[in-house]
Amino acid sequence: MKGDPTVDRLLRHLHGGDPRALARAITLVEDQQPEAAGLLAGLDQKRIEDVLVLGLTGPPGAGKSTLTGALITALRKQKYRVGIIAIDPSSPISGGALLGDRIRMMEHALDWEVVVRSMATRGRLGGLCASAGAAARIMAASGCRVVILETVGIGQSEMDIVRLADLTALVLAPGFGDDIQAMKAGILEVADLLVVNKADQPGAGKLQLEMATVFTDPKEREERICATVANEGTGVAILLDRIFTLEGEFRSNGQLHARRKRSFQLETLDWAVEIVKADLREKLQTTTFTSTEPRQAAMELVKGFGKRI
Amino acid sequence: MKYRVLIGKPGLDGHDRGAKFIARALRDAGFEVIYTGIRRTPAEIAAAAVQEDVAAVGLSSMSGAHLRLFPAVVDALAQAGADDIPVLGGGIIPAEDVETMRKAGIREIFTPGTPVDTIIAAFTEACKMQRDRENNEG
Repeated sequence: MKGDPTVDRLLRHLHGGDPRALARAITLVEDQQPEAAGLLAGLDQKRIEDVLVLGLTGPPGAGKSTLTGALITALRKQKYRVGIIAIDPSSPISGGALLGDRIRMMEHALDWEVVVRSMATRGRLGGLCASAGAAARIMAASGCRVVILETVGIGQSEMDIVRLADLTALVLAPGFGDDIQAMKAGILEVADLLVVNKADQPGAGKLQLEMATVFTDPKEREERICATVANEGTGVAILLDRIFTLEGEFRSNGQLHARRKRSFQLETLDWAVEIVKADLREKLQTTTFTSTEPRQAAMELVKGFGKRI
Repeated sequence: MKYRVLIGKPGLDGHDRGAKFIARALRDAGFEVIYTGIRRTPAEIAAAAVQEDVAAVGLSSMSGAHLRLFPAVVDALAQAGADDIPVLGGGIIPAEDVETMRKAGIREIFTPGTPVDTIIAAFTEACKMQRDRENNEG
């Protein structure tokens, strides 16, 4: 709610970069607290416009977290404040989660200009996009120049997360063979940059050659594939350079604007579904259905639904 | 309401089976557990607790350095402006140290043989109190 003194204070502190206010704000949004709407509406729009949301995705073990750590080092050299949202799955059984991505970024643990937030998928199909997107904007409003969204990127909800990003890098490593084959269908199509990590390992050259087939334009082939050894920092400066170059291109050719518009729609739909779902669940308990067929019952359930909101 | 907790091991102590066991038990009880791994400084643990907005911090020590390290985490949290986040601890801790630790601001101490349900209940209670207070303060 606008004018809510608690929200106003939180906004003031988080815009000043206060780590607790920032963390608290993300929790409010993640837990879908009533204050979230007013809080998100009050964020510094200029900073949100200027941030680069970088999606980092790839199979488990490819070195995403290590590469994130190396990118943080490179970004901090340029004096940028950085945000990281590391997404891991929740257990579908208990709803709990074990979030350990921070371990690979501990080098930056005492640097308050590096904001790391672990986020669990909380077993929901929807809602995650809304939370992660909002968290990225909160980090941007606190002054982050780049927000890295790190996720496995397999499965529908995670694919949606990838699509929230302004720019996406797919991280691969030699020795994954079949996994990469399996990924080709979905994720390769949305990746702007391909990173062959662990490039000092056997098979890296072959992987790079395979990846070259993704891009048809020889210039893109040259510029969109990077080789890194993240734990040594090798190739990371070049990667960051390419990321910023591509960001510049996307900003001037309207691509970034188009993607923001798409993620706006994605998040809006996500919120809408979250809002409606609670109401539907409630109505479900009190409705006597004439049909025993779920598809027809669903029609009965949503009939006249719009009026309830 | 989902509770987020941090499980960490301060100091030079690589024996992490206990910490990992508790982390998994809490996950299976529905908590979101941020695991920060071994050999952390108290300041690193406090910074992670703040950034992750956890409702409680759990520490494990097998090396005998708990008398120094657990209170150091409590102090580091206070320095980071987060003295409201409760600290719980466990490990190879002699019974005679329990009272000293409590006085130093550790909310609960779990000595060897504590049933896991007791630990989960203690975390639930600690998280509930922290969140309730935070919501009341706004």
